[in-house]
Amino acid sequence: MTVAMEKPETSGDEQRTPAPPPVAPERRISRSMVIAGIVVVWLVLFAVLRGKQTLTLAAADLTDLHRWLNDVNDSIGADRNSNPLFLYFFNEIRLVIDNLVTFVQDLISQPSGDRPLPQIGWLGVVGLAGYVSWAVANWRVALLAVAGFTFLGLQGLWQESMDTLALTLSAVLVALLFAIPLGVWAGLSERVNRIVTPFLDFMQTMPTFVYLAPLTLFFLIGGASATIATVIYAAPPAIRITAHAIRSVPAASVEAADSMGATRRQSLLKVLLPMSRRTVVMGVNQTIMAALAMVTIAALIDAPGLGKTVVQALQSLDVGTAFNAGLAIVVMAIVLDRVTTAASGRAEAARRSGNPLLKWRRHLLVAGGAVAAVLVYLSHTYVWAAEFPGDGSTGSNIAKAADDVTTWAQDNLSGLTNAFRDAITNGLLNPFQTLLTDSPWWLVGVALIGIAVVLGGWRAGITTAACVGLLVATGLWSDAMTTLASTVVATVLVMLLGVVFGVWMGRSALVDRLVRPTLDAAQVMPPFVYLVPFLALFGATRFTAIVAAIVYAAPVAIKIIADGVRTVPATTVEAATSTGCNTWQIITKVQLPMARGALTLATNQGLIYVLSMVVVGGLVGAGALGYDVVAGFSQGQLYGKGLAAGLAIVLLGVMFDRITQAAARRTSA
Amino acid sequence: MARHWRAGAAGLAVLGLTLTACGGAKVGDSSEAGGSGSSGKCGTFNLAVNPWVGYEADAAVVAYVAEHDLKCKVTKKDLKEEIAWQGFGTGEVDAVLENWGHDDLKKKYITQQKTAVEAGSTGNKGIIGWYVPPWLAKAHPDITKWENLNKYAAKFKTSESGGKGQLLDGDPSYVTNDEALVKNLKLDFKVVYAGSETALIQAYRNAEKKKQWVIGYFYEPQWFLSEVPLVKVELPAYKSGCDADPAKVACDYPVYDLDKIVSAKFAKSGSPAYDLVKKFNWTNDDQNTVAKYIAVDKMTPDAAAKKWVDANRDKVDAWIK
Repeated sequence: MTVAMEKPETSGDEQRTPAPPPVAPERRISRSMVIAGIVVVWLVLFAVLRGKQTLTLAAADLTDLHRWLNDVNDSIGADRNSNPLFLYFFNEIRLVIDNLVTFVQDLISQPSGDRPLPQIGWLGVVGLAGYVSWAVANWRVALLAVAGFTFLGLQGLWQESMDTLALTLSAVLVALLFAIPLGVWAGLSERVNRIVTPFLDFMQTMPTFVYLAPLTLFFLIGGASATIATVIYAAPPAIRITAHAIRSVPAASVEAADSMGATRRQSLLKVLLPMSRRTVVMGVNQTIMAALAMVTIAALIDAPGLGKTVVQALQSLDVGTAFNAGLAIVVMAIVLDRVTTAASGRAEAARRSGNPLLKWRRHLLVAGGAVAAVLVYLSHTYVWAAEFPGDGSTGSNIAKAADDVTTWAQDNLSGLTNAFRDAITNGLLNPFQTLLTDSPWWLVGVALIGIAVVLGGWRAGITTAACVGLLVATGLWSDAMTTLASTVVATVLVMLLGVVFGVWMGRSALVDRLVRPTLDAAQVMPPFVYLVPFLALFGATRFTAIVAAIVYAAPVAIKIIADGVRTVPATTVEAATSTGCNTWQIITKVQLPMARGALTLATNQGLIYVLSMVVVGGLVGAGALGYDVVAGFSQGQLYGKGLAAGLAIVLLGVMFDRITQAAARRTSA
Repeated sequence: MARHWRAGAAGLAVLGLTLTACGGAKVGDSSEAGGSGSSGKCGTFNLAVNPWVGYEADAAVVAYVAEHDLKCKVTKKDLKEEIAWQGFGTGEVDAVLENWGHDDLKKKYITQQKTAVEAGSTGNKGIIGWYVPPWLAKAHPDITKWENLNKYAAKFKTSESGGKGQLLDGDPSYVTNDEALVKNLKLDFKVVYAGSETALIQAYRNAEKKKQWVIGYFYEPQWFLSEVPLVKVELPAYKSGCDADPAKVACDYPVYDLDKIVSAKFAKSGSPAYDLVKKFNWTNDDQNTVAKYIAVDKMTPDAAAKKWVDANRDKVDAWIK
């Protein structure tokens, strides 16, 4: 569900192409006037042609394309036991991955063999987590890891958490096995990079719901399918960041190695990889985070773990239990994030601390290893160290508190929230949606292409034209326009929040430190957890979907804008202050204009993150493409339509991404 | 430096602790007699659990009886219908306990692929229809007749219904004719898809609490009805064949005889679990009771099943005889 943070970096290579000539201020004014012109012409034609050629399709109707996709799906299912591709290819992959998952589960989460408990109990896992964190990073994050894992047990979710961890670790392992070599290759060869990038875009924007059902067809129900679904979604960040890391090794270092007669292999192993290690670890970090984001979705095809608890609680609208499990996912994500982040910086920190400690460190590592081994042995042998003690009462207290807060909010705030919803829906969403869905399709298409050309140049215009054509071909034009309207409104609200909080955080380190953990939690908390309270506050409406998308997308925009504001040189701000500017003037006249690059980047990421929540929106009344995707997952005869809807979401994503990136390049030029 | 000495000392302390006999029960010492591996001739029983609480109640009770009376090893798999049926062919699913109509799936897996067979009724009557919250039925008793719905259409307007009354539909896997019904009965309503059962239930819960106007799709047996007893709206009576053409439907939904589907292999396996599935039969009230234990009283499915089985031993005995 996440589209990784590093997306803009993929444009790094494109940014090397010569920038367009600097744009004079008059040009910029004329550009916005051209857009205004396009909109005026659109509105006039809309008034005349309203309701004609809108390409609407009812919920149960199908096009030939959808039926054809159904047939393909059915024929795959029908001969899965005789097809050699299945017998010798997919079944083998499944077997290997299944064995891997089962092995890790036997180790830490599931009863293995004759034992009623896994091989390593809670004490061993906590000990290992602490030891490994200390060994690869530092003692501070080791302490965090120990505390975090213990907290999971106190929540009464030890086994579920370990199942989730087992699945995450297996998926990350498999993902890295492919991602690192592929990333290195893409880093070395520009052509490979150009071929791989669209596939990575596709893997990240295609809603998971679309390929869950086919995956179970190929790899059966259970751990293997869940792991593969997670790998598809989680591998791209590692590939992208590894490629980026290899590419950003200074050319001078490589040349130096070459001049000393190093072979290609040597310069890769001795120069490129060591020098990009730090960034590659960040890629691993992103992959872990993406894998954790898949936990609840994978539960829909019987993946064990915390996701199952969340999904089951959702069925009986049990907000407390869902929140408790969601919190466990957040805790695990924070521990894994902090440990890998610290690990990427460890080599540097160690170098700074000097040699004598390094010598001691080796002895300490051995001693720590022995302690960890003892803990593992204890947890293997004794029940008290294997089964987490206590009754998990912390968990039920958390659940109860979450329930109380939600009930209070539902009882006291819903008047306010309903008024807000109606204002936004009637004032902004409905008119905009009507314009998009009731105009003839070709009019909307031409207008979109026109706007793309003005904002991003001819190449963005060509991409947009292709996307518009393909959107029409999916047979879901009208639904796509409904989704587009909600997406744009959500992004506008995301940017509003982004500017307000981003500026506030960018100007004050204290605010930053206070707000940032909340942003992290909002990004990692599975959306299924907050759907019920939002439904109570806003009803089953498009607006609920918008709010859910904002919770997920705003943190990214806020973080990017805060960084942008912070990098405005202090001297510039001081100069403005000395000329008598007040705070408001500094923000609007200095900091925001100078952070323009960050603002466009935030818009790009905000849009794409909002788009990745379209399917979740389909579960709470947003209808359109999100509903089509969910319906395709639920009903066989709608499968083809769901797949087409998934493609439409990808197309919208590509269109947004190319326009905003091209626009960003223009404004920063 | 001191820090590292301290770490070393801590390590030694832990080592000492282990060496000086830390007692406690050993893993595997007192495992329950029999264990899970040696389960006699029943073996493993793969039971699909579809995502609604009523089904969870069926599955909880069948699994409990299979485990405790037949000594099977039960593996529950949480799956949506479509994927569960797909599992019949691959041997990953043995039984689906509550099938709602799904003639398309029956055609695909029973008639064409021959991987599944029917295993008879569950005894539950599935009722689908349009429901309003109790306060509304009380305040306007005539609202429960479809002829009067247009009179109130304006009251059901929402931000989503484009000027008409809103008829709220739920999860996309529901069997529904609502769009055709609205058109063919000439009702001034628009079908709005909430997208999930959760959204639908939350809408009704709010409506009853805050006296809001809501009309929508719902079904029985359902645990939520024990919390808010929704009132069914009368549509033109169902006559056999009146829903033959999906585009021309203008009558109420039939009463569904909920049935069980098992994989063809499982049916021939001679497993006692198959006999249990085949004989499993209970009433809507039974299911609602267990569903309420799970959803409202927040018992685990296993505990809920135990409570019901202990109270209804006679019914259970009839299944495993």
